[in-house]
Amino acid sequence: MSAATTERTYLEAIREGIRQALASDDDVLVMGEDVGGGFGGAFKVTQGLAAEFGDLRVMNTPLAELGFVGMGTGMALMGLRPIIGMQFADFISSAFDSIVQFAATTHYRWGAPVPWVIRAPSDGGIRSGPFHSQNPEAWFVHTPGLKVVAPATPEDAKGLLLAAVRDDNPVVFFEAKPLYRSISGPVTDDDIALPIGQARTAREGSDLSIVTYGAQVHEALAAAARLSADGIDAEIIDLRSLKPLDLEAIAATVQRTGKLLVVHSANRMLGVGAEVAAFVGEELFDDLDAPVRRLGALDTPVPFSPPLEDAYRPSADTIEAAARDLARY
Amino acid sequence: MSEMPLELTRQDRIELYRWMRLTRAFDDRMVAMWKQGRGVGGTFSGRGHEAISVGAGMALGPDDVAAPMHRDLGCYLVRGMTPERIFRNLLGREGGVTNGRDANLHGLGDLSLGLIGFVSHLPASMPVALGAAMSFQYRSESRAALTFIGDGASSTGGWHETLNMAAVYRAPLVVIVENNQYAYSTPLDQQMAVDDIADRAAGYGMPGVVVDGNDVELVLGVTHVALERARRGEGPTLIEAKTMRMLGHAIHDGAEYVPDELLDEWERRDPLVRYRNRLAAEGVTDDELEAIDATAAVQIDAAVAAAEAAPWPDAARVGDGVYAP
Repeated sequence: MSAATTERTYLEAIREGIRQALASDDDVLVMGEDVGGGFGGAFKVTQGLAAEFGDLRVMNTPLAELGFVGMGTGMALMGLRPIIGMQFADFISSAFDSIVQFAATTHYRWGAPVPWVIRAPSDGGIRSGPFHSQNPEAWFVHTPGLKVVAPATPEDAKGLLLAAVRDDNPVVFFEAKPLYRSISGPVTDDDIALPIGQARTAREGSDLSIVTYGAQVHEALAAAARLSADGIDAEIIDLRSLKPLDLEAIAATVQRTGKLLVVHSANRMLGVGAEVAAFVGEELFDDLDAPVRRLGALDTPVPFSPPLEDAYRPSADTIEAAARDLARY
Repeated sequence: MSEMPLELTRQDRIELYRWMRLTRAFDDRMVAMWKQGRGVGGTFSGRGHEAISVGAGMALGPDDVAAPMHRDLGCYLVRGMTPERIFRNLLGREGGVTNGRDANLHGLGDLSLGLIGFVSHLPASMPVALGAAMSFQYRSESRAALTFIGDGASSTGGWHETLNMAAVYRAPLVVIVENNQYAYSTPLDQQMAVDDIADRAAGYGMPGVVVDGNDVELVLGVTHVALERARRGEGPTLIEAKTMRMLGHAIHDGAEYVPDELLDEWERRDPLVRYRNRLAAEGVTDDELEAIDATAAVQIDAAVAAAEAAPWPDAARVGDGVYAP
C-alpha cells in the first residue's frame, strides 16, 4: 500500500469513499432522494456516481424516508449494503421507526445483521433555519444496536465511510455539512477503512482537555490557537465515533490534564456531552482538578437569524471563554 | 405447487388441511395454556386466519421470502419453523427463535427459512419486505417477497409509502391485507371510508384483488398468481383477504365490543371446518381426516412438553447479540 494522498474537501472525501465502496463490492448501492441521475444530491455529494455505476446502483427514491429506510433494511437483510441518503439530518425523524424499532433491534432479536449506512448531513451555522440545521445524534446514541459516527476531517470522512459500509451493523453517519466545502486536507488514496470506535487526538496539550466531534473540532482548534498565545495549552480529542464511545481515550486525556470541557453543536440537554461528563464524574473523579464543563446548543429549536443562531450554538469564541475559565480554576 | 391453483391434487389438498389443522391445534393449545396461567406475558391468537396464513404460505416458492405478522402462525409453520421453536419463543426459553429476546410471535425471523421477523410497529415489515423484493430485482433473481398486514396498519403512512414505492419500482412484492374487521376495538367504519381496501391499489398503479380469506384454495390461488406475476417482473399486487378476528386483539382481550351475531356469522364460515367438510364431501375419508387431526395434536403435545422443559436463557448473556460481530 502506498501512502499517497490527494488534497480533497470534506465533501470530495465522502464522495471518494462512496465511490471506492461501490467499486469494491457489487453489493453496495446508493439510495435516497435526488442522489441519482446527473443531479447527485442536494449537496452534490453523489454527483457523477450514477454515470459511473449506473442507475441500479445509484437510485433515486420517492420522498418517503420511513419507507426507503425500511426498504434499505430489507435489502441489507438480503446481504446488500445500501448507503441511504438523508437529504438533511433533520428529516431522519420521518424514518425513526424504521431505524430504531426495526433495524436497530433485529440482530439482538433474531440474529440477522442489517448492514446499512444512513448518511445524515447535519449541523448549522449556515443560516438554514430550524429544519435544515439539526444535530439529532443523541437519539441514535441512545438506541442500542446502532453505531454512530461523526467525522471531522476529510481523511476520517472517507475512512469512516468505508468502515461504515463494511460494518455488519446499521451505522448512522453524521456528515458535518458546514465542513463540506470549507475544509480540505490530505486524503489517503487507497481504499482503507478506519476503525469505528476510536477517538483521535486533534491537538496535543497539557493544561486542559476539550472533547468534541464534527464541526466543533475546528471551532476548538481555532480557540486553542488563541489560547496558546496566552500560554494555555489545550488538548483536543476528536471522538469520531459516538457509539461506541472511546472511553479509554477520554480517560487518558482527563488523566493527563485533569480538566475537561466537552463541546458539541447539538443541544446540551442530554447530549453526548452529558454521557461523557457522567462517565468522567463516575470513574475519574480523583483525576479531576476542576468540575467538568459542557458547551452545547441552547435547549431551543435551531433559530434562523444570524444573531440568534450565533447565540444558540457553540463557537470558537464561546469555547475560548469556557476554556479560559476552566484553565483558571 | 407450481401449477397451483389450476390443478390441486388430492395430496395437495390434504397438505393444505394438514397445515391448517396444525396451526389451529397450536393456536387452541396456546390459548388454553394462557388461560391456565401457563403462559409468559401476552400472546396473539390467529384463530380464523388459518386459510390466509397457510394458503399464502403454501403459494411461496422455496426461494421466496415472507414477512408475516402475529396472525400468521400458519405461514411460519409452512416455511419450516417448528412448533417447538415457536413454543419456546412464546415461553421465553432458550432455543426459541429469539432465545428469549422477543415476545410471543414477534421476531420470528430466520433467513434460512426465508422468514423476516416483525416488530409491533405495524406495518414496519412492509418496507422491509419491499427491500427484500428490491434485492431480488437488483440481483436479477426470479424471486418474490410476500408480506401480511392488517386493516389497522393500512391507515399508516408507512403502508402508503411502501405501496407507492413498490409500484414505482415494479417490485416483485405481494402484500396481503388481512381485513379482520377490527383494529383492536375499532371497527372498519371508524378506520376507512371505502368498502374494499383493495380499491386503493388503483391509486398506486397496481392490481388490487379481494379474496375470501376463509377459503384456503382461493387464497392460495390469488397469491400464487400474484407471486408468479411478481417473479416475471410485472410488479406488485395488493390482495385483500376478508376474514374475521375470532378472538380478542391479544390474549387478555375478551373483545366484548364485537357483536355476537357477527361472530356467529363468521363461525359458520370457519376456514378449517369448512375445508374439512369440503374434503370429506370430495372423498377424503373420515379415517384420513381423523388421523391428520390426531397427528397435529401429538405434534403440539410434544412441542409444548419440550418447550416447558427447556431452560431459561442465561441472564449473564443478556447483553449478547446487540451487535453483529
